[in-house]
Amino acid sequence: MSNYYESEDLKKFGAIGEHAKGLADDFFKYYGSVTGTDGALTKREKALIALAVSHAQKCPYCIDAYTTQCLETGANPEQMMEAVHVAAAMMAGITLVHSVQMQNHLKKLVL
Amino acid sequence: MSAVIQLKVAPQPSRYDFEDQLRRRGMDLPPLAVDTLQVNITKLCNQVCRHCHVDASPARTEMLSPEGVAKCLEILERHPQIRNLDLTGGAPELHPQFDEFVERAVALGRHVMVRHNLTVQLDGHPVTKASKEYLPAFFARNRVEVISSLPYYQAYFTDAQRGSGVFGKSMEAMKRLNAVGYGVEGSGLVLNLVYNPVGPYLPAPQAELEAAYRRELKDKFGLSFNGLYTMTNMPINRFKLHLDKSGQYEAYMDKLLAAFNPAAAAGVMCRSLVSVGHDGRIYDCDFNQMLDLRALGAGGKPLSIFDFDYDQVVKRAIRFDDHCLGCTAGAGSSCGGATA
Repeated sequence: MSNYYESEDLKKFGAIGEHAKGLADDFFKYYGSVTGTDGALTKREKALIALAVSHAQKCPYCIDAYTTQCLETGANPEQMMEAVHVAAAMMAGITLVHSVQMQNHLKKLVL
Repeated sequence: MSAVIQLKVAPQPSRYDFEDQLRRRGMDLPPLAVDTLQVNITKLCNQVCRHCHVDASPARTEMLSPEGVAKCLEILERHPQIRNLDLTGGAPELHPQFDEFVERAVALGRHVMVRHNLTVQLDGHPVTKASKEYLPAFFARNRVEVISSLPYYQAYFTDAQRGSGVFGKSMEAMKRLNAVGYGVEGSGLVLNLVYNPVGPYLPAPQAELEAAYRRELKDKFGLSFNGLYTMTNMPINRFKLHLDKSGQYEAYMDKLLAAFNPAAAAGVMCRSLVSVGHDGRIYDCDFNQMLDLRALGAGGKPLSIFDFDYDQVVKRAIRFDDHCLGCTAGAGSSCGGATA
């Protein structure tokens, strides 16, 4: 292996069961129930949320997997790109709202 | 003098052996009947779609002969149990006897389906330049069921697969079909659309996509249709070439294999139709036709329309190969859409 994040490694997700099979089984059951079924949200809506989270968390495995999942649930590139913008806007907002903390501390420090 | 030893190496079984999937599940898929005669009457087409399993284009010249057309009509006349004639291509409307074939089959009381690519209405004949603008009225007069590919309700996917400008022309062609009653409630004139993915992934659920198409086409273009068929891309010909070139063949086949669905397998279309090539040869489906996997009758004799024997056709063993996993993945795929 010469690089981190080999795309072939996505297929090895199941290997997280090594040394901790019971916990992995519990996780995959939960993961499948949440992302792989229609509920109050459709699978397509869930795939778009997962795509946004994949970008916010910068996970290349998840970006590949959920780009495919979005297409296989009928989403289109406009919806997918808008989901990424939601992630980007949230990340920007999260960064900016922390400036309140900075300003609070600034006020404490400045005479 | 050195001796050359010829080593015979047994071929390795394919990882994607379709029949192995059936054996593992104790499944057998004999033909049930022949209720549809699907005839690929020409490989000539006004379009060059990137996924086309027929490799159809304006440069193709293959045509069913007048004897072949006559023989197909004779088969329909002699076998009332074959209720449907499904005309495909290429663009079947570019065959010189297309109109006559449709009219005579309709006169025999058969339900005629035409795999109509929409754009041929506007493009016309790519060689003779003859206009095809009469098609909506012709279809309506003969109450033909029109089945048209539209890979998505937006231009991006449609043009990527079928060529630049195809989406816009398809919208205009649908408008003309709607204008004569196709897809309009109460008219009895049926316009079904076909979705297929624009890459190596499986179709979204048919009912959900149909609802999205209906909403988007109505809201954005004022268009209507009857039903949507979802089809999976078969890993053969042009699409396989794309998979090979982009290094995605194995990943796609793994996806199809992992999604094998016994319920979809039970409903595969080759159990109820046969496919006829431009040379009159009979195949289990249009995909086998493009791979030249001929349907075999008693004693392994290749079947043909020129010595058509219904009993032999219905008693044949369907020929399966790796690509058949495309018809059995997920919700299944057939010329009539999902099968499970």
